[in-house]
Amino acid sequence: MGTYVLRRLLQMIPVFFGATFLIFYLVLGMPGDPLAVMCGERGCDPSTANALRAQFHIGEPLYVQYFEYMKGILTLDFGETFSRRPVLDVMGDAFPITIRLATLAFIIEIFIGVPLGLVAGLRRGKFFDSSILLGTLLIISIPIFVIGFLMQYFLGLKLGWFRPTVSGEAPWNELLLPAIVLGTVSLAYIMRLTRTSVVENIHADYVRTAVAKGLPHRRVVTVHLLRNSLIPVVTYLGADIGALMGGAIVTERIFNIKGVGGTLYQAINRGEAPTIVSIVVILVIVYLVFNLLVDLLYAVLDPRIRYA
Amino acid sequence: MSQDTINTTADNRPHDGDPNAPVLEVENLHVEFRTRDGVAKAVTGVTFDLLPGETLAILGESGSGKSVTAQAIMGILDTPPGFVTQGSVRFRGVDIQALPEKERRRYRGEKIAMIFQDALSSLNPVYSVGYQIGEMFRVHRGASRADAKTKAIELMDRVHIPAARQRVNDYPHQFSGGMRQRIMIAIALSLDPDIIIADEPTTALDVTVQAQVMQLLADLQAESKMGLILITHDLGVVADVADKISVMYAGRLIEQARSLDLYSNPAHPYTERLLAAIPRVDMKGQELYTIKGIPPNLTDIPAGCAFHPRCPYAQSICSEKTPPLEVVPGDRRSACHFWKEVLDGSLQIR
Repeated sequence: MGTYVLRRLLQMIPVFFGATFLIFYLVLGMPGDPLAVMCGERGCDPSTANALRAQFHIGEPLYVQYFEYMKGILTLDFGETFSRRPVLDVMGDAFPITIRLATLAFIIEIFIGVPLGLVAGLRRGKFFDSSILLGTLLIISIPIFVIGFLMQYFLGLKLGWFRPTVSGEAPWNELLLPAIVLGTVSLAYIMRLTRTSVVENIHADYVRTAVAKGLPHRRVVTVHLLRNSLIPVVTYLGADIGALMGGAIVTERIFNIKGVGGTLYQAINRGEAPTIVSIVVILVIVYLVFNLLVDLLYAVLDPRIRYA
Repeated sequence: MSQDTINTTADNRPHDGDPNAPVLEVENLHVEFRTRDGVAKAVTGVTFDLLPGETLAILGESGSGKSVTAQAIMGILDTPPGFVTQGSVRFRGVDIQALPEKERRRYRGEKIAMIFQDALSSLNPVYSVGYQIGEMFRVHRGASRADAKTKAIELMDRVHIPAARQRVNDYPHQFSGGMRQRIMIAIALSLDPDIIIADEPTTALDVTVQAQVMQLLADLQAESKMGLILITHDLGVVADVADKISVMYAGRLIEQARSLDLYSNPAHPYTERLLAAIPRVDMKGQELYTIKGIPPNLTDIPAGCAFHPRCPYAQSICSEKTPPLEVVPGDRRSACHFWKEVLDGSLQIR
């Protein structure tokens, strides 16, 4: 087990460098001159321009820029934005908000998705099951921004149950509606995954054994059926955490949230390499770590899986 | 007939006045499966008794209704599609078939326990064997985790699993097939039930292990005086252990007799043909005998005697009238119009 974790951690190193280099390469390949963005319409005077070039290593070969940048990152110096703000500060503002948003969405997914999927699976072919199948199909087929605007309009503006937009501090209660929007699609997938898995396992021999042992129905379902049915769901949830952190761009724009998605979007527009790469680096690490956690969680859920 | 109440304390178990009264009486049991292709009559009018300490073998080929009978007795049929449409299952006089699920549940494991065919898929892969055995004590007796584990180790010792103390935390996939079946037996045995139903307990095992597991079941039964219903398609398995044998065909009981009587002198052509199909050492090198044809489709059982299309002695009455399960001298029964002739061997093969 220990060697397995160590090996997986070591594997992260090449993935980390590969991913960051790729991002770096793509960002520098973007059209447009970063200096034009920084200096605006009037342009900078030559000495300022040169100073900026030197500071951001603009115009130097790709590997030099990458090397300089990575040197900084390894000492936790993520560089500065074009407006001279440390990227670490920018991330320090954006990540807590996005983490709150993702956490809420994640909790909604688990605590609504799994129970509803379970009930649908237990009542396979009945009205409740058909409604769940139809409803989730609908959610999956509608683009997220449509769902977002509709919820914002009806729940936020018409009914006034939620604040339609989120204030700068982004407290938990204001993030509830955006979290519902952010989580809906994954929620639909989790319901379907849980349902399918339950339907598959409900006729398993060990469930029949549990009934024959005289266990109460509730125990048969929660202890014996659900635990086995959750394995595919956990896989999905692990990959989903990364997606929730990085994929909130649309939701954050709809609800005016100053999170990672919004910041990343702005940085891409400006061609602000240090910000883009820094955020993506963090997201890559989040993905890698959660993938490892999911793989370890497998072994806990299913003892037949053992890592050596 | 005493009104049974379930009591979880061992010293206050329900009992009948007559210790030799049947512990289980199945009467006129009908089970059907309502499927898209029609109604399959899986069990039709099955009736039998089980005495305390007795071993009854239910013999039949695949689809003869023997496993469905067991599931109906346990109350673990998949409903839908399976439905018990008629009949009663009485445990010490109480018709458990008529009980609400909540009360019925407490008979499972406590009074009647079941062992399944494939121990690997019948044990939950994600819990240790100790947990799965101990669960019986935790749920039915309210035992603590530690007590349940101690009990689990005791039971593993009792079914002769080596190094029980070390292996109690192992998972099913870490055991061999024979050991896994012993764990199933330990679970069934845990609450000291009055009846154990073993549904093809040795089919998934290789021959030497089969013998060990059957021996274990026989020994445990001798210790505890529980009734054993052994469901099998293997004539070799039942020969040594069964007191009584019931033969099923197409959902009906067609013959019932003491083991020795049935083996030495069957009263139904199907049983006779089954026995003729057993490979014999003195017939080495010759072609094995088979019963011609295939078992009937349960959605379309032949009229009259279900066996008549395959029966070498069939006459016109056989396709017209369903033979009742008649009482035959010598405490046995047969559902054949010509049981007398079958018994004395005077019928001619067509």
